[in-house]
Amino acid sequence: MDHARAVNILADGEKMNIESWGRYPKTTGEGYSFETVKTLAAHLEKNNMFIPYGMGRSYGDSALNEKVILTRRYDKLIQFDPEQGIVICESGVTLDELIRIFLKKGWFLSVTPGTKFVTVGGAIASDVHGKNHHKAGCFSNSVLWFDLMLPDGRIVRCDREKNRDLFLATAGGMGLTGIILTAAIKLKPVKSAYIRETVVRCNNLKDAFEKFEIHEDATYSVAWIDCLSKGKAKGRSVLMAGENASTGAIDLPRKRTVSIPLDLPSFCLNSFSVKCFNHLYYMKSPQYTENRLTPLDTFFYPLDAIGHWNRIYGKKGFTQYQMVLPKASSFEGLDLILDKISSAGMGSFLAVLKLFGPQNDNYLSFPMEGYTLALDFKIQSRLFAFLDHLDDIVTDYGGRIYLTKDVRMSPDTFKKGYPAWDTFSALRQHYGMNQKFQSLQSKRIGV
Amino acid sequence: MNLLILGANSDVGYATARLFAERERANVYLASRNMDLLEKKATDIAIRHQIKATPLFFDATDYDTHQLFYTNLEIKPDIVVLCFGILGNQEDAQKNVSHAREVIDTNFTGALSILEVIAEDFEKRGHGVIIGISSVAGLRGRQSNYIYGAAKGALSTYLSGLRNRLAKRGVHVVTVLPGFINTKMTDGMDLPEKLTATPDQVALDIHKAFQKKKNIIYTRWFWKWIMLIIRGIPETIFKRLSL
Repeated sequence: MDHARAVNILADGEKMNIESWGRYPKTTGEGYSFETVKTLAAHLEKNNMFIPYGMGRSYGDSALNEKVILTRRYDKLIQFDPEQGIVICESGVTLDELIRIFLKKGWFLSVTPGTKFVTVGGAIASDVHGKNHHKAGCFSNSVLWFDLMLPDGRIVRCDREKNRDLFLATAGGMGLTGIILTAAIKLKPVKSAYIRETVVRCNNLKDAFEKFEIHEDATYSVAWIDCLSKGKAKGRSVLMAGENASTGAIDLPRKRTVSIPLDLPSFCLNSFSVKCFNHLYYMKSPQYTENRLTPLDTFFYPLDAIGHWNRIYGKKGFTQYQMVLPKASSFEGLDLILDKISSAGMGSFLAVLKLFGPQNDNYLSFPMEGYTLALDFKIQSRLFAFLDHLDDIVTDYGGRIYLTKDVRMSPDTFKKGYPAWDTFSALRQHYGMNQKFQSLQSKRIGV
Repeated sequence: MNLLILGANSDVGYATARLFAERERANVYLASRNMDLLEKKATDIAIRHQIKATPLFFDATDYDTHQLFYTNLEIKPDIVVLCFGILGNQEDAQKNVSHAREVIDTNFTGALSILEVIAEDFEKRGHGVIIGISSVAGLRGRQSNYIYGAAKGALSTYLSGLRNRLAKRGVHVVTVLPGFINTKMTDGMDLPEKLTATPDQVALDIHKAFQKKKNIIYTRWFWKWIMLIIRGIPETIFKRLSL
């Protein structure tokens, strides 16, 4: 089919179902895809109020809107420098694709989130973090520059010097500053597709904090935490620390993936079944194992092996609550939050604890130095009131909630958690971004 | 192995180029009209699969250029995948013969013109595979798109004749009959989700047909059975249906 004609057919705006990973809320909207900057500029000129949408892997409503720009067709690699490990690509390329292409050449992502099914644009807009945040910072640390399309269709290159304000606003800016077009990403050299993993059981929260400190030199560290255990075992965890292995094949072993074929009835997940799971998971983990060789896929993306795992929360969907507290108040705050969660009996089996390194200069990036806790809740009555209550605790201790996971926080919680919000908001106004880009989230939290 | 994709900016053409680069380590010629997009795609495939990818300008309806286009290829292809085509607009085409001609010229005359050039070379070399993307719409005329269908029907007939001619010379011809595919061509159309293939699925079917030396394939496979039913309806009944 010839392209000149295709562009017209593509100027679509057709109605479609738009969902994020939490599958709550369920919305419909108009989708606009593009393969060239010309098409994109035409979309922006003709319409107002977009949010870019990549893989739909953010959990809440940050990529939902009545009109979305679909970025997945804008997915070409532009250049690769095999000496420096620098790849220049369009923003719709997924991290999964980058791994498949470059791992066998000895390069891996410097920073990777817990799923590889996100686009490069999404990774920048959420300024995602990974198990090495305490060493390597956020995803934006591996971004040398990116090109951004502004509301008026102008394309500007942003890095830490040129258009610094746009760089700081866009990395972590939830797609509210324009459309990220291309980016230069610095990859990290690796010798193997395996991780040397050390697994340590921690008896309670205090023990977990100590083990994190002990393993602070580990390149990667994260802990699974049992949110429902009480008393002496409150906050018992399994810490996983890892280093890139220097032995083992450079090709990933082919793994069979399974998929959840349909929504599970929501009664499958209740406090009893979750308690059972947590108990078995904790007991199954070794007391202490050092340097076991784990495929990188298993270490970084355990859940990617299960297609549509979000279906286990049933039709109504779920939300992930991820908060961080400053290091000084982390223990006290988390201790209190765990009390609340276990007495409410609403926690889930996918709960994660991690110690972050220092925060960066981006206006809306989530991580700050301290402990972060992330856990899933299926959507149920009483939940949002309960989470509001947790918000108060988080705010009181000087922490914040992760925008990429959020679907319900109040403007007040947001503004207290992100003190640079007004700088961000002023910049949006200055460039006319608030006239062109919005999401359900941005409307809700008032930015 | 060298692969020539005619209509490489089409979603199926692009997906097929990617797949053959990956699975067959084929060097690819990407031919189409929009060079900006084509250059991006060529660079992308070359980086991904470490093969040679060359963008080439090709206009299906500029018949006089076809011979020169092919002569200019430094290394002649071993496989040709013909992916260009336009859906057009049935109502426009009914009222306006110039639009009807556009549909026929692109889907059929253009295909014939370039394939004759290629067939001559393949016949001489006694080697090569030609894969033509036709459509199930060409199997029976329906009121909603019979002009497009007629052009594709002509293409299918042409491909079967070409297969007959070249079979004795060691040249293989594959006719691909897709049903619904989710592409730029069908963007904005309300397609039944379960019956609609992705370009990548179609590319996989094309690759399988290439490996197994199939003559005619339906993609997705169930279209074979759907079309068996549709073609089996007696004309006296069929003419009353609104399909």
